[in-house]
Parts: sequence; C-alpha cells; structure tokens
Amino acid sequence: MANPITIRIDGKAMLVNAGTSAAAAILNSGVSGVRRSVSGEPRGPVCGMGVCYECRATIDGVLHQRSCMVTCTDGMEISTDD
Amino acid sequence: MTEATRFDVLIVGAGPAGLAAASAAAASGASVGIVDENGIPGGQIHRASGGKANPEVRVQLLELGKKGVKIVCGTTVIDAPSAGVIVGLGQLGVTRFEYQKLILAVGARELFLPFPGWTLPNVMGVGGLQALVKAGLDVRGKKIVVAGSGPLLIAVGAYLKQHGATVMAIAEQASMSRLAKFTLTLAKYPSKLKQGATLMCGIGRLIQHEAWVEHADGIDKLESVKLNKLPGRIQCDYLACAFGFVPNLELPSLLECQISNGLVKVDEWQTTSLEGVFCAGEPTGIGGIELSAVEGKIAGFAATGQIDRARALFGERQRWRVFAQELDKAFSHRKELKSLASPETVVCRCEDVKACDLSKWESARAAKLHTRCGMGPCQGRICGPATRFLYGWEHGAVRPPLVPTSLSGLESDDPTSCNQIN
Repeated sequence: MANPITIRIDGKAMLVNAGTSAAAAILNSGVSGVRRSVSGEPRGPVCGMGVCYECRATIDGVLHQRSCMVTCTDGMEISTDD
Repeated sequence: MTEATRFDVLIVGAGPAGLAAASAAAASGASVGIVDENGIPGGQIHRASGGKANPEVRVQLLELGKKGVKIVCGTTVIDAPSAGVIVGLGQLGVTRFEYQKLILAVGARELFLPFPGWTLPNVMGVGGLQALVKAGLDVRGKKIVVAGSGPLLIAVGAYLKQHGATVMAIAEQASMSRLAKFTLTLAKYPSKLKQGATLMCGIGRLIQHEAWVEHADGIDKLESVKLNKLPGRIQCDYLACAFGFVPNLELPSLLECQISNGLVKVDEWQTTSLEGVFCAGEPTGIGGIELSAVEGKIAGFAATGQIDRARALFGERQRWRVFAQELDKAFSHRKELKSLASPETVVCRCEDVKACDLSKWESARAAKLHTRCGMGPCQGRICGPATRFLYGWEHGAVRPPLVPTSLSGLESDDPTSCNQIN
C-alpha cells in the first residue's frame, strides 16, 4: 500500500491510502449504512460529490460532515450511524 | 480584505468550462480567480483520483499558473450579498470575493429517479460510484449492476471492470433503435465514435435496452436488483443508477439570472440576463466536456473584451450543441420511468417523504409546506429534479446560505463578511 495512513472508524483502526476520502474508507471498512435517516433507515453515499448529504458522518468530533468531501488524514477519527 | 480575493474576472467552478474560461480570460492580462468546492481542481468528469489531479488537468493547471490565475479550492459559494460580491465558505471560515465580471461554470449533478429500494445503502449514482472509486473505494471482486440512462453508463461500466469489479448488467432505459440512430450521427464526431467503440468492445454485451430497475432489495443494505428485462433477481454488492444530468442552478438562481426551461439563459457571448455575469457549460444545457470547454472559452474571451477570439469559436460551439441535441433525443426519458416509485417509496431522502404523501399536492411549494419535501440538508438538490420529472413541479427562488452552514463556520476575521450572511 503506497503511503498508508492510519485512521479509526467507529473506534477500529484501519490503514488507508493517502488521498482516500472518508466515505470510501467507511465503505472499505465494511460499513454500508453511514447514517440513519429521520425515520431511522440506514443510508449511505449516493452522489459521491457533496450534493446529497447522505454520507454525513462525525469526523474528528465535527458533526454532519459530508464524508465524500473529506480526505482522510493520519489519526482521523470517523464515527458513523449518528 | 486581502488583494487575493479581488479579481477582474472571477470564475465559480474549476471543471472543463471554468478552466477553459480562466485560460481565455487570463490571455487578456486580466486578474483571474477560480473558486471551487472540491479539494482538487478538475470538476467531476476530470475528477481527481487517489488525491491527485487528473493528468490532463495538471497540464492545464501549469498553464494557468504561468498566467497568474489563482485557484481557491475547498470553498463553497454560499451567498451573493450584493452586486460584484460573492461569499465562499471553506475550512477557515468565510471569504469575500469581489469581481468585475463573474463566470458561472457550476456544472451539473446526476438525475436520480426514485424506485423501490433506491434509498438502501450501496445504491448510488453512476458518476457517484465512479467518484467514490476515484476517492479510494475498493471494488475489486464486487458485483455491480449499472442502470439508468446515458453514455456514462457504458463509460463507468468499463471503468469499474478495469478496477476489478464484475459488472453484472447495464440497464439502459433508451431503446436500441434510438441508440442505433444516435450511433449513425456519431460519424460526424470521430473522437466520440472511437471512444464509444472502444468502450462497447469491452462491455457492450452486458447492455440491456429498454431496461430499468423495478426494485432493489436488501435488509440494511443492497443485496439484489430486479430488472424489468431479466427474470429473477441479480445478486450484487452495488447498484449504480442515474438518469443523466441536471444543471446546478442554485447560484444562478440566487443571483437572479433568468432561467428558462430549467437552463440558464445566455446570449451568443454566454452572457446571462445580468450584465457582467456569464455562464458556461452544463447550466446552459447539458452537453458534455467539449461543449463546456468551448462555452468556457467564449465566456472568458467575451468577459475580457476579446470579441474576435470569442466569435471565432461560435462554429465549434454550434457543432457541439448539435451533438448535445442528438444525445438528448437518443436518451430522452421514457414515460414508464414516472411510475417506477411505489406509493411507499421515499422521494425526499432528507425528510423521508413518501410518494403517496407528495402526489396529492399540486406544486412544489404546497408539498414543501405540508410535508417538508425539499427542506432537508440537500435543499431539494436530489428530490427537486425528481419531483420536476414525476409531477412537473417547478421550483422557486433559493435563499442564502446555499448549503447548510454552521454558525461557527460563519465566523471570520473580517467582521464585515459575517454581516453579509442573512
């Protein structure tokens, strides 16, 4: 793996390539439902480009980040299903 | 305020239209700036991969750098508080940009049409899935169904295969006869013909025509897809489904540029109904990369008084406009797509509003007031084009901020910029 960096998704450590988006890292970790909708349905990324807001996750403590628009950085903490 | 945020020509969007506009405008010696929401320039079609700009974009960026063009990435335009000023929101808060001339090269997004199961995790857009793969999603060994409409289905099908996925089927809603006619017109566009032929060689056999997803099924995530054309369910890991593109009209609407039939109205110089505000690329009509680039060049030249250089490109623009019309005809949406959603299908994904709760209202405004349709974080960017297609609803004015913005995000060193946010 070229230039791997370490992030944590829901507390679990994971190696990802530099340049990977938080959304891609979440899906690669095996998590498909990134958040819950207002009626409680699991939802995941749709547009991949910051339009649909379905991939929102808590990233480094900041709520409601569009995970497809955030590039992983070393030590990043991502929390899903909020 | 710093000098860096004041430009003779400011361009919103660093895709094919925006980069072409910047190059043309900078040739006049004007100071040129570009603002783009993404971390790396290139737009969607030339989206960065693995954290690096597309090679073609890198060449353009070198050239723009030499001309002194400044590119501000990671900044979303959220407001246009007064003439000659727009406000961008980035990681470091808000920035005011002042301009003499503004070129809107804000691109398009995919058109999503609701069908049962479209809200399941791992059902995504066609460009959406490709964007995620470019951003590091590993699809090796994954089974993927590609569906919807348009040339992107084939391009993305080939891309996914190249990245180790197994493409199970490509469901194109258009008919074989329409597409055959379209293929004949491609003879006039040799570069496109070659591109199409290469892609079709690899995955052409997977294409089903007059085909669409009847339902996607799974518990908590996608497990299978049922196509109208094939018996039985197709087990798969991802479904990539979108029905072409719709222009991003939020910023042009906020500026009160005239919009007609869902497109920003421009004259031959790509000028909108507002003096000094130009528009190029997909918002003036979905046409793809070549049309976007030539419109961008015309806008850049025209905005800086290089009239003869702009006029010299009118022929090329016309040629690609004709191509766009052919595309539009070939992939026009069949009426069956209006009845894909069942009454229980969620249409507004942000507020979980079902089709049965929408169909009784006669306008987007009535539906919004009664159901909250279009009032969630995406602000109707996904359900708006869907309800326009399904119910013929037109969507009204937009208000700032154009994207959900936290109060802390509005804090800035410059107190005047905070005051600009309504």
